[in-house]
Amino acid sequence: MTLHFSRQGEDEIVGYRVKEASPMAERIYQIWIEAPHVARNARAGQFLVIRIDEKGERIPLTISAVKGDLVRVIFMAVGKTTYQLATLVAGDEIRDVAGPLGKPSEIGHFGHCVIVGGGAGIACCPIIARAAKAAGNRVTGIIGARSAGFLILEEEMGETCDELFVATDDGTKGHHGFAADVLKQVIGKERPDRVWIIGPAIMMKVTSEVTRAAGIPTLVSLNPIMVDGTGMCGSCRVVVGGETRFACVDGPEFDAHKVDFDTLMARQKTYLEEEKLALERFSSHHCGCGGRDHHG
Amino acid sequence: MGERPADERVRDFSEVDTGLSAEEAVAEAQRCLQCKKPSCVKGCPVEIDIPAFIARIAEGDFAGAAQVIKENNLLPAICGRVCPQEVQCEGQCILGLKEVPVRIGELERFVADHERKTGSRLPPKAEPTGKKVAVVGSGPAGLTAAAELARLGHSVVLFESLHEPGGVLMYGIPAFRLPKEVVRAEIDQLRGMGVTILTNHLVGTSVPVSELLSYDAVFLGCGAGLPHFMGIPGENLNGVYSANEFLTRVNLMHADRFPEFDTPVRHAGRVVVVGGGNVAMDAARVARRLGARTTLVYRRRKEDLPARRAEIARAEEEGVTFVFCASPVRILGEQCVTGVECERMEMCATDASGRPEPVPVEGSRFVIDADMCIQAIGQGPNPLLVRMLPGIGTGRRGNVIVDEEGRTDLGKVFAAGDIATGAATVILAMGGAKRAARAIDRMLRNS
Repeated sequence: MTLHFSRQGEDEIVGYRVKEASPMAERIYQIWIEAPHVARNARAGQFLVIRIDEKGERIPLTISAVKGDLVRVIFMAVGKTTYQLATLVAGDEIRDVAGPLGKPSEIGHFGHCVIVGGGAGIACCPIIARAAKAAGNRVTGIIGARSAGFLILEEEMGETCDELFVATDDGTKGHHGFAADVLKQVIGKERPDRVWIIGPAIMMKVTSEVTRAAGIPTLVSLNPIMVDGTGMCGSCRVVVGGETRFACVDGPEFDAHKVDFDTLMARQKTYLEEEKLALERFSSHHCGCGGRDHHG
Repeated sequence: MGERPADERVRDFSEVDTGLSAEEAVAEAQRCLQCKKPSCVKGCPVEIDIPAFIARIAEGDFAGAAQVIKENNLLPAICGRVCPQEVQCEGQCILGLKEVPVRIGELERFVADHERKTGSRLPPKAEPTGKKVAVVGSGPAGLTAAAELARLGHSVVLFESLHEPGGVLMYGIPAFRLPKEVVRAEIDQLRGMGVTILTNHLVGTSVPVSELLSYDAVFLGCGAGLPHFMGIPGENLNGVYSANEFLTRVNLMHADRFPEFDTPVRHAGRVVVVGGGNVAMDAARVARRLGARTTLVYRRRKEDLPARRAEIARAEEEGVTFVFCASPVRILGEQCVTGVECERMEMCATDASGRPEPVPVEGSRFVIDADMCIQAIGQGPNPLLVRMLPGIGTGRRGNVIVDEEGRTDLGKVFAAGDIATGAATVILAMGGAKRAARAIDRMLRNS
């Protein structure tokens, strides 16, 4: 609280400093941002919204880790904003960071928890794994990616989880196949009491079918398009159990077995054309060099 | 003064009404009868001494007029533009009985704009009290409370969850009705008075409730929240927006200037807007400016439209088509919107609000072709923070229950604006905020 009073009379905060930025895997990057209001209050499962600069869009990113006043986000470069974010280096500033947003993961003493991460969705697994572990659960981690080159956070998950399994679609590391296959095996050995599945919508859809049959309570973290991220605009509405819910305030985590993934995936495509145009425009200004040579 | 011609203004986001010239303002001010018992003041939710400021204008003392207004209202450039004067001050003006009332709103705006251009003077501030007040939300209620509390000598921190302060004044009301530099300039005056504005701070999470309650007093102005949807089939198709989302994308994020700005909004040749309030008019007029053929569907009759008359007329001039006594029953399309199926409504018995109750007519369904459907049918109070305040009394719709001075059930927590009243007007929020700020001041001085 001294934080806010110490700013009394000063101008409002302009910009949040990037303390560390590095590539983690193919097109996947991590950045640590100095944002005390987020870092000090963040809990597992929550997200933040960033706007890189005055002309930027607001995008949600899950909170991957916190350390003092720093908060880490991990993202895959797929569109204009994430490619631009990937050009940032330590010392750069992000114009706006708002959060923490959304409801934290519901963590209790469940018994055996399994946390399944796919692709860039692995980003928020360690923080949930740590929280589950701290609550006295036995934690199994399963992380999967297209190929070994896309895999992130193996070490961090390994340190936190009681056991960790790796899967790659092409067999370049760990199990040759989907995380869903590994989940099936895990369930066969030691039935989990709670499962989290976090990754691309299609991966969450497919993987949560595994636990549906077994009747295991399962949560997924949804990533629809958002604008404000605070419950004002309704852009992030998702259908859960036949009802319209807002991912930003009612989620982002929902009961996997009640989520209408097809609607989610269809709505995620709303701006495909615009996203393509924005990325082309950005690339033509940055000649594929990652933007660093021309940046600032 | 002037309203720019419809065919010109529909092509841009510049202000529709260009305001009064100095000569016009003086002439208009001279029409005022300077009533001994002015009824216009009774119509003003923030009790501006209207005859006094108009007298200054008539004498050509524009700066003096500004000072008079600012004794009661630190946001005159905003109020002059968006208050429904026709049912407030101007509605009470005695001249209105025989001819047209004095255009008080235009005069207020003139004075504020003149001052902004010639250099603002801040109103005097009371001696510092050493008391700290947290104001949650920087919309009309929060700005008003912050200004009033700062003027009374308290130290104020204003929290805003978005990246820019102003709330609905920034994200909701389009620039052609309320230019954003006008809002920014009035907010800068708050900074000038020592108010600390913290953007990107969502109270309840970025600022824990325990920290919030450590302030000497708290004012909640967190406004309306979740937008309502009609609950009809097809609402999750791509191209269905709440008015909040559509307006935020354009007004706050500048989607009209995509790809220069990163935020997109769907391209639509034909837009259907559902609703009949000011927000519906704003959404329809923004859609027109994005180049869409725009149809507004309202379930009652034209005379029942809750929007301001002037805004309805402007929407009509700008080419918005109105379909009355009809209501959507289904939004058509596979993945994207292709049309809105509506049914006719019959006006039946008058309800409690004095308006007829619309009842669907059997077999009257028809389709309006559209690529976008914007629902402007209201929103509930923002539930986020309220849910985290144990013991605070809330009404059926989730609004915070307050007394006449904005007191909630929690001793040092006050509230005003949409969070307390449900969706209403800017000036009502400001009136409530001002009363609450004065009650907070009395409480702090007695403690």
